[in-house]
Parts: sequence; structure tokens; C-alpha cells
Amino acid sequence: MKRGLEGPPPEDRPTPTGRRNKQGIRIDPEVEATHEPRRTVISALVAHEPGVLSDVSGLFSRRQFNIESLTVGPTKDEDRARITVVVEEPDPGIDQIKKQLRKLVPVISVRELEPDAMQRELALIKVDADDPAQVSAVADMYDATTVDSSPETATFEITGARQKIEAAIDTFGQFGIREISRTGTTALARGTEETAAAVNATESTATEANHDETYQTANDD
Amino acid sequence: MSERAAKVTQADEEAQDDDQITDSAAPDAAQEVDAESETTPAPVTSGAEAVVRALENAGVEHAFGVQGGAIMPVYDALYDSEIYHVTMAHEQGAAHAADAYGIVSGKPGICLATSGPGATNLVTGLADADMDSDPMVALTGQVPTDLVGNDAFQETDTTGVTTPVTKDNAFSSDSDTVGSDVSEAFALAGEGRPGPTLVDLPKDVTNGETDREPDAPSVPETYEVQERADEEIVAAAAERIENSNRPAMLLGGGVIKGEASEACRKFAIEHEIPVITTMPGIGAFPEDHELSLEMAGMHGTGYANMAITHCDTLIGIGTRFDDRLTGGIETFAPDAELIHVDIDPAEISKNIHADYPLIGDAATVVEQLVEAVDESPEATKWRAQCQQWKSDYSMAYDAPEDEPLQPEFVVEALDEATDDDTIVTTGVGQHQMWACQYWTYTEPRTWVSSHGLGTMGYGLPAAIGARIAADDDQDVVCFDGDGSFLMTLQGLSVAVRENLDITVAVLNNEYIGMVRQWQDAFFEGRHSASDYHWMPEFDKLAEAFGAAGFRIDDYDEVADTIEEALSYDGPSVIDVHIDPEANVFPMVPSGGDNGQFALTEDQL
Ligand SMILES: Cc1ncc(C[n+]2csc(CCOP(=O)(O)OP(=O)(O)O)c2C)c(N)n1
Repeated sequence: MKRGLEGPPPEDRPTPTGRRNKQGIRIDPEVEATHEPRRTVISALVAHEPGVLSDVSGLFSRRQFNIESLTVGPTKDEDRARITVVVEEPDPGIDQIKKQLRKLVPVISVRELEPDAMQRELALIKVDADDPAQVSAVADMYDATTVDSSPETATFEITGARQKIEAAIDTFGQFGIREISRTGTTALARGTEETAAAVNATESTATEANHDETYQTANDD
Repeated sequence: MSERAAKVTQADEEAQDDDQITDSAAPDAAQEVDAESETTPAPVTSGAEAVVRALENAGVEHAFGVQGGAIMPVYDALYDSEIYHVTMAHEQGAAHAADAYGIVSGKPGICLATSGPGATNLVTGLADADMDSDPMVALTGQVPTDLVGNDAFQETDTTGVTTPVTKDNAFSSDSDTVGSDVSEAFALAGEGRPGPTLVDLPKDVTNGETDREPDAPSVPETYEVQERADEEIVAAAAERIENSNRPAMLLGGGVIKGEASEACRKFAIEHEIPVITTMPGIGAFPEDHELSLEMAGMHGTGYANMAITHCDTLIGIGTRFDDRLTGGIETFAPDAELIHVDIDPAEISKNIHADYPLIGDAATVVEQLVEAVDESPEATKWRAQCQQWKSDYSMAYDAPEDEPLQPEFVVEALDEATDDDTIVTTGVGQHQMWACQYWTYTEPRTWVSSHGLGTMGYGLPAAIGARIAADDDQDVVCFDGDGSFLMTLQGLSVAVRENLDITVAVLNNEYIGMVRQWQDAFFEGRHSASDYHWMPEFDKLAEAFGAAGFRIDDYDEVADTIEEALSYDGPSVIDVHIDPEANVFPMVPSGGDNGQFALTEDQL
């Protein structure tokens, strides 16, 4: 009746020489280029309503984005909360995180903060207090505040950048650390720059998305 | 029905009386309204009435669902409404029917279910609609608020379960606002990138008293959609198109959802740009047009896959570059600069990097491109090359009369026997691919299938939803597999009760064929659990349900039987016994290079 599928077999067909990397970006196959993960802070202003945090955290787990820390708290406007997420992803992943976050209906605005943004974390560190003098010397070094002490233990509160807290934990280690509790990073942009502000009508979330990646008019062939 | 009609009139009369008492200054106006038998509806008195009022305000005419304890107040309010409720045999069917209704009508389809098992039975349909961006609203009953969280009878954390598979969902907590919650869900389902939304309705909230009319459907302030793309990027993209030598358009489901088919057709024809579609984009461009290369991807045509692989400029519109389309990312359109039009910014550069991101409504952005592109690309050679591929890799099949019936023949025969605007729905498997490949689609909203989720059992309930949304003179044909049909065939009872004129062609190979095909190709022919030799006789089963049953075993029965089944006024099922060994080709193995599609098994 009719003939079956025909035509040159795969090996006889021309194939283009171009290639894309795993992120779908066209690359020179000779000089393979992939993006390395980097650590960054993303701040989201969200409607202060039940379920937002689970929407946000669910989004991260569902899409397999690696979260370093996630904090949430109220803002000066009681209908809004701020979520601060620290992530470690290659650039295209970071762009995707921002766009996916913006898609959630209760999310008002999303920004990636500059590396110089103010970033703070709080830690409670409970150590053995066999040598109170030494312990309090170390505490002074890191501006730690004593929040509890007993004959056997001393508990300090430290706030600061992550590096400072890690360093403090390292140094306290010599006394024997009993327990630690850390909050994860919270952050604000410097100066007059707004962290993740309510957008006005002219600057929609989609407009923000437009400018996430600067498109280039590359010319090939 | 008559009892219901009586109730409606009674309610209307009561409303009239109210009107006359309160609005005595304008008795004439009230009479005029009466003459047209259009009345101001009675004020709402309960949360459930507010829910139904919200649907009515949104222009909802049909809903699909199954009754149950927690949703009973809503059903009670529906009893007095003009909304036509189709009782389904299973909630999964309600969700798929609502989904198909949304695809065919362009307005969100509505499904209802009770709490717990009712709600969980909707999940597959929600996930399906979510993957395919189909507008749909699910309303689920929930146990009374004071029992929520206590593992009460038929309690499920429905918003928790459905968050990952809905565009948005809400738990209603107040009788005064429940109506507005539903209005908002309706607006969200259809606006921007469409998708399924859900409102969970605790029984005390729907039972509770309220006189608050729901707000008009509108999306929350935090939800913003960009309609027009950035002019600067449009200009750059236009320049790229003008200077390209091997341009191709790739039309996705977003073209159909965004009502952009017309604009895309004009653009492609004016500039003579070859057009490829994705599977959800089928119908966006007429497949009988010279510029059409049909569908690309795993089981796309050889010529579409050659063109997508070799183009230098790809204009992707309303497509999300699913892996079934792209194959391996490395080898996908590796020479092409991508112009990507999408209303959802998150689709831009999600899978394939967009060199020209055009965020906006497909119809609007294509109009912007129409304005911006002055000169057609210089692509005579390229078009000739595409035509060459079309003849080299033409879609054809062997159908020797002395061998078992080939499925492609049946698809073509049904296509020939029906009009261009016939709606096709399918299950998932080989039959679905044959229905893509061998039916010639020319109109948007005539192809209704489960793309992103690939849900077996989608075909029959989708045909029910499509039938209800379709024009009366449009045919609805469902191609199903024996395995897929078996998953939701209880829907036949609905089709019979509602006397829905649909024709189901079960391409029966007594295998779950697509699995068998992969087992033959990649698992040394070990047919683990794919052999379905225990299939019922579907024609007799159809008759048991009260539908018309037919059977085809051979070529010479095809034309007449199809004719009979199509002319039967009501649901008919044709059990088509096809070659059990028939396979779907061309095929790009998953993660493979689109240009390296196999035409036969030994090329895999
Ligand atoms: C709900 C569901 N379960 C399992 C699968 C996996 N699956 C994909 S195709 C297929 C075979 C379908 O068989 P059938 O409906 O008989 O169609 P055929 O391939 O034979 O045309 C299966 C089991 C699926 N897609 N959906």
C-alpha cells in the first residue's frame, strides 16, 4: 500500500558542529565552559500569611536547589514578612531561583543582594566552663554576650557575619562545646538601596526578571 | 430536572418579590426583567451559596464532580443554580474532564470533590493540568475547621498535598470571604500563564451564614503579568530574524492558550519561515500547509527534527523546552540563537538559554515582532532543504493486506471520515503518538492530550469534558490504548447517562504497547508486566454500559465500522485489534540527539 519510513540512516545525516553545555548555553566545544556554583543571598518580601514558608521551602526542595540557610521574620508592615535565603548554585540556577520565587502568588518581590550587603547570623554556643577566665577572654574577643552560666557551663550569644561565627565556634572548641544553635543568615542591602521592596506599578516583577540576565546579541556565522 | 427547574423558578419569584418591596420606585423595570425571565439572584445566605455565586459571576456553565460529606453544602447550593453539573464516576475523571473543558473552551474548567479521598483522587488531574498549563479550578470539601489537624474522618491536608501540583491554592477560613476566594481562584487559573488552582472548603465555612456577595474575579495584587516584551529586545530579535538564513518557528502550547495561532500563522506565512510545533502546540499551525514541518521531539517527524537541529535562528513561542522535545540539551538546536517568547519569565533560560528573552503575552509579542521585522530572511535554500527532508523522511507506513491491521491506517481513516474541526483526545502510549503523527491537525483547540505528565486514562474523561465544551456540530474522537482505557473506562457510564456523542477507538494491541516497545529496544525483549492478554472485549463492555460497541479486526472492516460508529448518536466504542507488534517511529531515544532519530528498530 504505502512504503515504510525511509531516508538516510543516522550515520549518513549531516550534524552541526555546535554544542550547548548542561545549562543550555551555546559553547565552543573545544573550550568547555560551565558555571561554578557561588554563594549568594536572596531576599524575598512575601505576604504574611499561613503557608508561605512552606510554599517557599517546598519550591526549593521540589526543584532541587541547594539551600544553605533560610530565615523568616516580620517586617515593619504587619502584612508582610521577609524571607532571606542563602543558596549555593551556578548563575543560571540563581536566576531560576529568583524567577521561580517570583512566580509564587504570595511573593511580592525578590532581590539578590550585593556581596557587600549586611549579613548577620546569631548563634548560641554552650561550652564547658572548667576554666571561666579563659572562656570569658575568648567571649570578649568575639563580642559574645553571656546569656546563661552554671557551675559547669557557660552559654554565649554571638551575632555577626557567618565567618565570625565559624571562627568563634572554632576557638570555643578548645573548651569543649556542648551544644550549638544557629539561626541562619538574615540580611539587608546597604544605604538607601531597598532590599526587596514592594514593587510599584511601573516596575513589575516581570520587568525585574527581564533584567536578571543581560542578553547579548551574539553574532555567529 | 423538572424538580430542579421548579425550584429555580420558585427562587426567582421570591427574588422578584423582594425586588418589588425594596425597589417600589421602579415597578416597570422589575416587570421588564421578568419578561426576559432574567432576575436579580436572591442574596446569598451561606458560604456555599457564595461559592456558587462566585462561579456564576465568573460565567461558569458546567462543572464536573462527585458528591461527598464535606462538599455537600456546596452541592446543595448548586441544586438551585443554572450551572450544569456533570456527575462523574471517579474524581480523576472530573479533573481530566474539567481540564479538557478548559482546553477546548479557553475558560477554566471546574471540578468538585469531597475531602480526603475525593480530593486525593483529583491530584493526578491537577498535576496533569499543572504540567500542561491548563486553566482549571478545583473545589474540595474539607472537614469542619475545628477538626482540621486532628486526623478527622476523611481529612487530608489538601492544600499541602496539592501545593506542588497547582498554580495556587487556598484554604478558606471564613464564610464571609469564601466566595471571593473562589472568584480569585478562577481569575488566577486563567490569567497570565494558565494553570490549575484549588480552594479547600471546610464544611463549617460553606455551611456558615453570610450575606456577603463574592467580589468579582480578580487576581491578587502580588500577581503581575507582563503583556508586552521589552522593545529593545524585540528590535534586536527582529534584526536577528531578518539576518538569518535558516530560521524556524517552534510553536508550543502557549500559542494556543494565548490565542496567538492567528498571529503566528500570519507571521510565518508572510516571511516564509518553516514552522515546527511541540506536542502541546499541535493545531497552532495547519499541518497541511507547505511551511509546516509538524511536530519535533522524541516521536516527532524526521523533517521537524532535522530542521530544529540545523536552524540558525529558532523562534520559540509558548514552549517550555521539555526534554521530550529537546532530547539531549547538548545537541539541541546547537547552531541556533534562540528567540524565546513566553509569558512566564521563569521559562526563559530554564532549559535552553534564550539569547533574546521576550517576556509577554504570545499574541501581543508576535504582533510586536510583526511590526519590527521589515525584511524577510534570505532563506530560499533553507526552505528547499526543509522540503527535501520532508520527502526524504516522509511519514508513511507499510500496510500489507495480508498482515495484521496497522494502527496508522485506522488513524488516517478516522481523520478522513471526520471534519477538520474534529476534536481528538487520547490516552498515553503508542496510540497517542500515532494520533499525533497520522492525523492532520489544522485548528487550535482540537488536540487534547496529556503532554507533560503523560497520564494514562486521560482520553475518555477528556473526551467527556471536550464534548461538553465543544460546539454541537463538532465531532469528538478519542484514541485510547487498551491499557489506558482500562484505567478510566468507568467514565462510559457518564457518557451514556449524558448521551454524549463521542467515538472511542481503542487501538488494542493487548500490550501496554509503549512499554513493550521500549522493552524490545532497551531491555532485550523481556516483557516484564507489559503483556495484557487478559483484556476484556471492549465492544461488549461498551454495550454493558449502554453504549454502542463495535469491533474491527481487518482492513476491509475499517471504513464501514467507522462510519457506523460516527453516525451513532451517543457514545460508541470501537475495539480495534491492531498489529500487537506495531511500533512508533521515528524515535529519538531519551536524552538523544534529535537529528539522530531512528527510523527502524535496528537504528536505535
Ligand atoms: C498512569 C500511568 N501509569 C503508567 C504509565 C507508564 N506508561 C506509559 S505508556 C504506557 C503504556 C500504555 O499502554 P496502552 O494504554 O495500552 O497504549 P499503547 O502504548 O499500547 O498504545 C505506560 C504503562 C503512564 N504513562 N501513566
